[in-house]
Amino acid sequence: MSVLVIAEHDQNNIKVQTQVAVAAAKAIGGDIHILVAGQNCQGAADAAAKVEGVQKVLLADHENYGHALAEELSNLIVSVAEGYSHILTVATTSGKNYMPRVAALLDVSQISEIVSVESEDTFKRPIYAGNAIATVQSSDAVKVLTVRGTAYDPVSAEGGSATIEAVDAPAAMGVSSWVREDVVALERPELTAASIIVSGGRGMQNGENFAMLESVADKLGAAIGASRAAVDAGFVPNDMQVGQTGKIVAPDLYIAVGISGAIQHLAGMKDSKVIVAINKDEDAPIFQVADYGLVADLFKAVPELDSML
Amino acid sequence: MKILVTAKRVVDYNVNIRVLADQSGVDLNNVKMSVNPFDEIAIEEAVRLKEAGKAEEVIVVSVGVSQCQEQLRTALALGADRGILVETDEALQPLGIAKALKAVIDKEAPGLIITGKQAIDGDNSQTGQMLAALAGLAQATFASEIDLGEDSATVTREIDGGLETITVKLPAIVTTDLRLNEPRYASLPNIMKAKKKPIDIFTPADLGVDVSPRVKTLKVEPPAERAAGIKVESVEVLVDKLRNEAKVIS
Repeated sequence: MSVLVIAEHDQNNIKVQTQVAVAAAKAIGGDIHILVAGQNCQGAADAAAKVEGVQKVLLADHENYGHALAEELSNLIVSVAEGYSHILTVATTSGKNYMPRVAALLDVSQISEIVSVESEDTFKRPIYAGNAIATVQSSDAVKVLTVRGTAYDPVSAEGGSATIEAVDAPAAMGVSSWVREDVVALERPELTAASIIVSGGRGMQNGENFAMLESVADKLGAAIGASRAAVDAGFVPNDMQVGQTGKIVAPDLYIAVGISGAIQHLAGMKDSKVIVAINKDEDAPIFQVADYGLVADLFKAVPELDSML
Repeated sequence: MKILVTAKRVVDYNVNIRVLADQSGVDLNNVKMSVNPFDEIAIEEAVRLKEAGKAEEVIVVSVGVSQCQEQLRTALALGADRGILVETDEALQPLGIAKALKAVIDKEAPGLIITGKQAIDGDNSQTGQMLAALAGLAQATFASEIDLGEDSATVTREIDGGLETITVKLPAIVTTDLRLNEPRYASLPNIMKAKKKPIDIFTPADLGVDVSPRVKTLKVEPPAERAAGIKVESVEVLVDKLRNEAKVIS
């Protein structure tokens, strides 16, 4: 058996999600190879070669892969797929974009967002917004998988000494092109990587009031999240959304402010180690998952919390 | 231009689903079924493009049991012009659905295909991308804005950390994210009109596709319950607990 992990990287370095994918690959067993596809991405390949437990890095450094376009990336992955029993990446927006394409080109199923490896062909994954956990078994020759980013602790970025092997780029399909990216410059940690998250819901009443959460978050070194209700109400952008249809997070501390606790929100954060809920409605479902619940008006409680940190 | 959209029949998003005691799946008896909410956004977008004069016809497709006609009627009431059902009782998985949709694309030759980014039952987020692969077309997933031109579309996509804009050659597959639009409600006159719109029915065999499942569900369980904690009296007690009991802040 051998597992091909597709790296998440920023050309210069790998992202921690790659180490999560390697952790899942270790749970499957066999050799672990990493494919680094990008443009001017030698730095990321060098970093991938140092990841614990990795035997080989495949490097596709080519202009076709500078922006991770799904069509080009999936054709590349299929071109190197032979011999692998599993192809695996993390269920980021990038992984979710190209991986089903890989599966379809190989005429196999994909198993999305696995949370546990039961055996080489059997996996657990949440369905119905996390309200049920399915154990599924694949009969396909190649298992194409995405792993939920919170399912495994990342392996160490050090300790490996894999060989790096350049691979050829197949001819470009050329049906899509990148125009621009509008990524918010983060002064705070990224949601999926933060150890503390402060999240606001509909109870925040408007976008301006999120400034209260920012102040608390700055003191805690926390990321800021939001419920779908707050996003739908237009308080904050969608990339802040925590929940089944947004980001799945599992920080050490999750502080839910003015969030009622809809099922779809809980699905995105209930694996957090410690959950705090601040809500004036004592019957809010969020209190059923909170380790510490405070029934209070958030407009009094949040400034008070801020002053005590 | 023809636009093809999808309407998956799923358990309504307001239903609290229940896992069956024998672990064979979730209880679908007497449960309200609806159009997958992300597909509703796809239908809305297609209808708006038609209203804006950028498309002539909106065709809605569903793959599944005979009762999927209910969801097709909903889509027709929202403004789609005609429906296609690929009828099968098979336990469908994304690859099979994508193969059926590919066969429909071959028949209809739409200029744009819009699907939901995921269905809220299986949460797979695969069908649109698989369809694009099988049809050899470009894809723009998780769209929050579509600017449709003659030969290409410029699509803004929701990605981790922000937005990305790409241009895709047509025909292409676009999958919808939440912020693309807010779907309308069907008016009563439109619901009545929808009853007269045509729905063509095919079987997978008619289309020459194999939709049999590749992945076996061994069991379905409820998620592990998280034990409720305690209520604290004040912010002061809360901060003390976080510092000294949970030790998650310094």
